[in-house]
Amino acid sequence: MTDTAGFWVVGALLGLGTFLIRFSFILIVDKVTFPEAVIRMLRFIPASVLPAIIVPAVLLHGTDGGPVSLARPVAALVAVLAAWKTRSILATILSGMGTLWLLRAVL
Amino acid sequence: MKDIRQSFLSGARDSIPILLGMVPFGLICGAVSAGGGMSLWGALGFTWAINAGASQLAALQLMEHHASLAVVVLTGLVINLRFFMYSASIAPHLRTMSLPGRALLGFILSDQAYALSIARFHREDGAEIDKPFYYLGVGLAIWASYSVGAVLGASVGAFIPPAWDLGFAVPLTFIAVVVPAIKDRPTALAAVAAGTVAFLADGLPYNLGLMAGAVTGILLGYAAERRLSRD
Repeated sequence: MTDTAGFWVVGALLGLGTFLIRFSFILIVDKVTFPEAVIRMLRFIPASVLPAIIVPAVLLHGTDGGPVSLARPVAALVAVLAAWKTRSILATILSGMGTLWLLRAVL
Repeated sequence: MKDIRQSFLSGARDSIPILLGMVPFGLICGAVSAGGGMSLWGALGFTWAINAGASQLAALQLMEHHASLAVVVLTGLVINLRFFMYSASIAPHLRTMSLPGRALLGFILSDQAYALSIARFHREDGAEIDKPFYYLGVGLAIWASYSVGAVLGASVGAFIPPAWDLGFAVPLTFIAVVVPAIKDRPTALAAVAAGTVAFLADGLPYNLGLMAGAVTGILLGYAAERRLSRD
């Protein structure tokens, strides 16, 4: 059981801090000019942050319970192929979840 | 002439496939909040105030273990440091919006809203849309579906079989967005390096492995691009 007063304080402080992080550059973009190197690095943000979220989520933090399950990595691989071939978000999610459930059912 | 309404609707429409992944994500966060003994409104208020699932889950977990307030808040903020990178990356596209408008855009900035919008802005016809309103359409649709998920989770979350592993829809959504964003060798190198470092550094506290992976990817990608353009 979580202490109720603490819960609200955490909600308020974490909410405010997170908002300030999000708003930071959106707020100051008119007031500062970024060096060219920084601007060229921005291009690599999506290609870097997302894999850094995906890889541990697929390989390390399964909710499987059991030891290392093969279902998640295989399902993720199928999803990568689907994303590459179809470029469709829906097709990627459905093929990944479908593969996961199928493997869970047969393994 | 860029049509504001069309851009907004186009953003909302483009996020429909992603909503499938958002509802379960919100559901998990709502279910965990309610599981800690919070009322439906408590769980929803927590979700609305923070609006960032991973940090919410970490904060709830720490509170259950009676961690001090400072540790709970700081841990949540460190997990959300990646929003600095998103904010820096997307800010140049949003400068035409008024200041209060930009505060709203900042509030709804999420992994998904960022990823979907930046992919659209970088497409060849990216200049033909009103970017702030496209992003607003994406962000509000995602925020709303996350909230719906949180309400569902707080009310019925306990009845969903864990074996369904609905949370797996979250990394799948990111796969769908990042694969088309890998267009050349520098971006491919950035992605592989970021994923590898994040995997190896996963044991670091405060989810710093994510930041280590992301920063490595960005720096290596940038270095590779400079090398290629010099040759």
